[in-house]
Amino acid sequence: MKPGETAVIDAIHELDAPTQRLMSLGLVEGAIVEMAGRAIGGDPLEFRLFGCGISLRREQAQKFLISPAARGG
Amino acid sequence: MAKASEVRIPASSIPLSRHFEASVAVVGTPNSGKSTLFNRLTGLRQRIGNYPGVTVERHVGVLSGVEERIELVDLPGTHGLSAHSIEERLAVDAVFGQIEGQRPPDGLLAILDASNLYQGLFLIQQLLELRLPTVVALTMNDAAEASGLKTDIDALSAALGDVPVLPVVATTGKGVHRLKEALAQLHEQPAVEPPGAWPELTEAVAPLAAASGVAGVLLGRALLDKDSAAGRRVAAELDEGALGELERLRRELIGDEPPLALEARRRYAWVREALSRVQQTGSPRHSVAARVSQFFNQPWPGTLGLFAVMLVVFQAVFAWATPFMDLIDGASGSLGALVHGWLGDGLLASLLADGVIAGVGSVVIFLPQILILFLFIIVLEDSGYLARAAYLMDRVMRSVGLSGQSIIPMISSFACAVPGIMATRVIPNRRDRIATILAAPFMTCSARLPVYALLIAAFVPRQQIGVLNLQGLVLFGLYLFGIVMGILTAFMIRKTALTGPRPAFALMLPEFRRPNLRTVGMQLLARAKVFLKRAGTVIFTVAVVVWALAYFPRADISQAELLERRALVSQAQGGETREETPAAIDNEIAALQLERSYLGRAGKFVEPVFAPLGWDWRVSAAVIAGFPAREVVVAILGTVYAVGDDADEATLAGRLKASTWPDGRPVFTLPMVVGLLIFYAMCLQCAATIAVIRRETNSWRWPVFAWTYMTALGYFGALLAFQLGS
Repeated sequence: MKPGETAVIDAIHELDAPTQRLMSLGLVEGAIVEMAGRAIGGDPLEFRLFGCGISLRREQAQKFLISPAARGG
Repeated sequence: MAKASEVRIPASSIPLSRHFEASVAVVGTPNSGKSTLFNRLTGLRQRIGNYPGVTVERHVGVLSGVEERIELVDLPGTHGLSAHSIEERLAVDAVFGQIEGQRPPDGLLAILDASNLYQGLFLIQQLLELRLPTVVALTMNDAAEASGLKTDIDALSAALGDVPVLPVVATTGKGVHRLKEALAQLHEQPAVEPPGAWPELTEAVAPLAAASGVAGVLLGRALLDKDSAAGRRVAAELDEGALGELERLRRELIGDEPPLALEARRRYAWVREALSRVQQTGSPRHSVAARVSQFFNQPWPGTLGLFAVMLVVFQAVFAWATPFMDLIDGASGSLGALVHGWLGDGLLASLLADGVIAGVGSVVIFLPQILILFLFIIVLEDSGYLARAAYLMDRVMRSVGLSGQSIIPMISSFACAVPGIMATRVIPNRRDRIATILAAPFMTCSARLPVYALLIAAFVPRQQIGVLNLQGLVLFGLYLFGIVMGILTAFMIRKTALTGPRPAFALMLPEFRRPNLRTVGMQLLARAKVFLKRAGTVIFTVAVVVWALAYFPRADISQAELLERRALVSQAQGGETREETPAAIDNEIAALQLERSYLGRAGKFVEPVFAPLGWDWRVSAAVIAGFPAREVVVAILGTVYAVGDDADEATLAGRLKASTWPDGRPVFTLPMVVGLLIFYAMCLQCAATIAVIRRETNSWRWPVFAWTYMTALGYFGALLAFQLGS
């Protein structure tokens, strides 16, 4: 994903405790996320999730499988 | 230095609850504008206490402007009823009425941030299942509209099962009156039927709830989260058969999946559906502020911006505070002179001028710096910038085995390690948290500043190196030294005693918002109060005790004895004699007096320990007396040198420079001063920090380790500097 792009979460693999925490923050299947930016070195990443900002490290973000979504959806 | 935590009233001793018609818990997600609204609702009628056993602050207030006496309890922000940090756990326990000695809430004020309904609605549906009378305050609606979100308040209320939803603008007070009226009547309001976000859960536990008498919502939480407070209570209250039934229900409803993952899926599915009915997304208004924040969202401008912000903060702490500090310094000096003018040189005058005024004054002088530092930290926190700093620094911190979340406690520790260590509560991983706690006391806190400022002013030449000033550079170097040593310590701890997998990192990044002046002002006022109270009690006591130790016993030193002594000295120095003025003789008597005082004897007793560091008995005595609180060292030096033979010099710095060993060599040589600075940069001379480490880690192991380790670092660092330099 590039900054400004939007995607929908299709599936989540490995439901470990940190991932469950992210799920209770709203990163669940069907949620629409927009890539908002990244810090120096490309990590961590910043996403926007229905208007709120959330920052994840790359390795955690990789547990979420996404597919492109219509903009603004 | 503003030891925010230790002058606290245990919450259970606040005798408010008994006289209230109702107690309402204020619940919301972090950054939902909860505290600003709480301040609006209670005005100044609030008290800050502590929850039993932990340092989490408990804010309790009285609803102002209504006849009914309603108690409001501002709970820490939480994202849901399954807790992931200490603060969240307290919020959850309080909502369930599980905190010992606390009245369970009669109703809830749920704060819903209109710009973040997604996460807010997740929390609110959990809260509504408690079936307590609830009113929802919709905050940040103006910010939401600016970013193109239009909220239908009636539809929102309907989606939540007809719970009253009241929009408020906490910064201006709009809507607050209506909210107060609703809160005053809240406990008489009938409970509403919660929205059916996950009806299967409620239905599943209903028969068991009816049979056991334990509330269904508690059983539901216990089913999802065995280790929660609800889970423990249910485990304690149900008999074995009922627990078996609960286990059966868990398998039937959830199967092998992690229950919390399933809960998140179910509830957020409901939230998305509700959101589509309640909120319309339009195009955001592109304001200048939004564009600026977008610019600083880019990697490089963001990081450089962070450094610029930190630079401004430190510059401001030193530059802005100076005029106020000069003012306090002048006032305390002339007050002391005034007392000596009135009362002469007797016991009382000495106690007042040399003990109380010199001692307390030399600490109060740092109030302006502390307030400026806290002002910045409060503003940065309230504006949401500190979270962004954590995000930007995560990569760097990861390379030393920590996460970006450790940045906030470390930045706070520049003001004082106590609130800094308390701020580590946001770090969910225990190993990370302890490593950060051990690094925090290395950050140059405002109590180290007086010592640094004094020694630098006295011994570092005022020299320009290009555009930079040498004194400022040395100070900056000391800050850097603390940071490096702190991070190195965390790194080593993380690699040895606290090895473990890399923790998860999930950080909410709130939108930038303008901090509310009222909230900032109230927090600042609270800090000032704590600091002055401390100066008026602890430091006052230390100053008087040190003065007494330096003043007594009054030996009778005659001029004859002095002359005899001087003859011995002059013999040793090769027979040269000095012209003596009566004032000089007085001073020498005073010096001899000090040397024979209790403080002098104690200093001489420990002198051999510190002799390899180049310290004389006066410095040794001051350092020893400064172990409970390092800021008193300047006060002690002030007192010791005010009654000694160097008192002719106008300033303390001048007196330090003039101080000599009996054979005439100066005490404060460059290697000795460098060593002393290293000692202060490292040593954990702060009882409040030790106490807060004890409380936050819940063991003596870490504070004992931190103290021993830091003292050893300081001692051997100073030893190295002095021995290599001399």
